[in-house]
Amino acid sequence: MADYDTTPAVLDRAGLAALVRVLAGRGRTVVGPTVRDGAIVLAELDSADQLPWGWGTELEAGRYRLRRRDDEAGFAHSAGPQSWKTFLHPARERQWSADRDPDGQLTIVPDRPEQPAYAFLGVRPCDLRAIAIQDRVLAGGHFADDGYRTRRSGAFLIALECTEPGGTCFCVSMGSGPGVEAGYDLALTEVLDDDGHRFLIRAGSPEGAEVLAELSTDRADEATVTTARTTVAAAAEHMGRAMPPMDLRALMGDSLDAERWDDVAARCLSCGNCTLVCPTCFCTTTEEITDLTGDHAERWQSWDTCFDLDFSLLHGGPVRSSTRSRYRQWLTHKLGTWHEQFGSSGCVGCGRCLVWCPVGIDITEEVAALAEEATS
Amino acid sequence: MTEVPVPYQVVRRSQETTDTTTLVVEPVARALPPFRPGQFAMIYAFGVGEIPVSVSGILDHRHRLAHTVRAVGAVSAAVCAAAEGQELGLRGPFGTGWELERAAGGDVLVVAGGIGLAPLRPLIRAALAGAGRYRRLNLLAGARTPDDLLYADELRCLADAAPAHVAVTVDRPGHGWLGSVGMVTQLLNRADFAPGETTAFVCGPEAMIRATARDLRHRGVPADRIRVSLERNMRCATGHCGHCQLGPLLLCRDGPVAGYDRVAPLLAVREL
Repeated sequence: MADYDTTPAVLDRAGLAALVRVLAGRGRTVVGPTVRDGAIVLAELDSADQLPWGWGTELEAGRYRLRRRDDEAGFAHSAGPQSWKTFLHPARERQWSADRDPDGQLTIVPDRPEQPAYAFLGVRPCDLRAIAIQDRVLAGGHFADDGYRTRRSGAFLIALECTEPGGTCFCVSMGSGPGVEAGYDLALTEVLDDDGHRFLIRAGSPEGAEVLAELSTDRADEATVTTARTTVAAAAEHMGRAMPPMDLRALMGDSLDAERWDDVAARCLSCGNCTLVCPTCFCTTTEEITDLTGDHAERWQSWDTCFDLDFSLLHGGPVRSSTRSRYRQWLTHKLGTWHEQFGSSGCVGCGRCLVWCPVGIDITEEVAALAEEATS
Repeated sequence: MTEVPVPYQVVRRSQETTDTTTLVVEPVARALPPFRPGQFAMIYAFGVGEIPVSVSGILDHRHRLAHTVRAVGAVSAAVCAAAEGQELGLRGPFGTGWELERAAGGDVLVVAGGIGLAPLRPLIRAALAGAGRYRRLNLLAGARTPDDLLYADELRCLADAAPAHVAVTVDRPGHGWLGSVGMVTQLLNRADFAPGETTAFVCGPEAMIRATARDLRHRGVPADRIRVSLERNMRCATGHCGHCQLGPLLLCRDGPVAGYDRVAPLLAVREL
C-alpha cells in the first residue's frame, strides 16, 4: 500500500491551469506540449493556456501534420519531434572546464550550470518508459552521468494516459502503453464527453499527493472513472502499427547476416534523424573547445548518432563503413543487444523514428521483413 | 570521481619507435585508484581531447603509471609530444583486466602484435614477479619491421635472463635482421606449451587477434582461456556514450579484455 492518498480526483480545465501555477509556485520549470512552427513541441509553459487545446496530429511514416480538431482536447495528439530527453539529456552540455597556468599546471573542474527543477506535464506512457530506460543507461550502471542524474532526480513527472494513439504508434506491442501504472508523480487521463471536458488525476508519489492536495479537486465520480478506463482500453485497440509478436531479441541475434539489411540500406539516407528523435537513443560524442589565449579549455558533450561514419572511427577508418552495417547496428542495438547491456528493450513504440524518417522507413515493417526472412 | 581528469605530470619519456612514445606519469596531487594489468585510462591532452590508452606499466613508486602511445591522430600526437614536466589529465581505471590469476598452475602464453605489446607489458611483469605460480612463460611478439618493435631492450633482457621464452617476428625484415619473418601465428608452432593447460593473452590488430585465436583453438587451447584485448572508438569510458559497442558488449565496461568464447561470434561478423 502506498503511504499517500491515491484516490482519483477530477480536475477541470481551470484546475489544470491551477496545477501549472502550483508547480511554478513550487519553483519548478513547467515543460509541456505547445504548438510552434507547425508542430506540437515541448517547451517551457507559463500557463496552461499554451497547451495545444483543439489541436491534433496526423502521422504517417515520413509525414507529420497538425490538424484542427472538432473538440477542445488538449492532449489528443501523438508524439512530436522532441522527447523529454531534450531536457533530461540535452543535445549539448558542458562537462568540465580546464585552465592552464603560466607554469603549465592544470586545473580541471566539473562545470555545469545549475540544473532546473523540472515539472514535465503530459508525459506519454511510451515516454515514461523511455525515461525509465534512460535512467538505467545513464544513471543505473557503475558510473552515473552526473548532469542527467541531477536533472532526473529533481524532475516531477505528470504522466498522461493515451486516449488517441496515432497512425505510427505501437506501444501496445512493446508493452509500454496506453495506460500507466507506475513511475509518475501524477497521472492524468483526459475525458471529453457530454458531461464536459475534465481530467481524471491520481497521485503516484508523496510529492504528487502533496501537489494534488493543493488543488481544489472533486473526488472522482464513477462515470468519469469508467469513461477514462474504457477510453484508454479502447486506445489499445487503435494502434496504427504493431511489432511482430515474437522474441525480437532472438530475431535480432539471428539476423546479422540477413539480406534485408541491403534492402533497407538502399533506402536509408544514414541521416540519423531516427536516433535524434528516439526518446531512448543516448549516444554522445565530445568536443574540446579552447579560447583565444589557448589556456582555457572546455569539454562539451553532444548527441551523436551511430549513423555517422565517424561514430565507429578507429585509426585506419570506420568499423561500420556501410549504411547496411550502421542501420543494422541501430536496429539490433535497439531491439536486441540493449537487453544484454541495460536489461530491457530500447524501443518503447512511440513511432517517432517512422514519422521523422525523411524516406519513411518503418521500423515495424523492417522487423516484420526480418522475421519473414528468418522463417522462410 | 571519474568524470573529471586528474592532473598527472610526465616524469620520463622514451621514444620507442618513430611514431611511438612511452610516458611515465605521476600524480601532481591526488592519485587515481590502482590500475590492474589490462585496464585503461582516458588520457587528456589539454585543449585537444581525450583518448583511451591501456596502461603499459604500473609502478609502485609514487603511484606512477606508464602509457605507450602511438601517434595516429590529433590527441595521440599531442600526448606523444608531451615533454617531461608537462601535465596531462587522467581518468580511470576503466575496464576489465587480463586476470593473470586465471593461468595459475598452468602455462602463460602472451601473443602481441605491434602496439598490442604495450597492454601486455604489465601482465608480463606480473607473471615474472609471480614466478612459481605459473609454469612456462612464452612471449611471442610481431612487429611490422625490426625498427617498429617495442621495448626491444627489455625483450632482450627477458630472453637473456631466460625466465621466459621470447620469440619475435617481423613482417618486413631490414638489413641485419636474422630473426623470423612473417605472421606472429607462425611462432605458435615453435612455442613450447601444453594447450590444455595454457592461458593465452592476446593483443594486436583485430585481424591478428582473430588469426591467433583461431590457431590457438586448433592447437587445443580452450576458448575461455584465450583472453583478448579489443579496441573500439571511445568517448566517455563510463558506459554512456555508446561508441565502444561490439554487439552486446560495451568495451569500456565489458572489455577491453574479454574471453574469446564470448567474442568469437562477434568478431566473425563483418562491420559489427
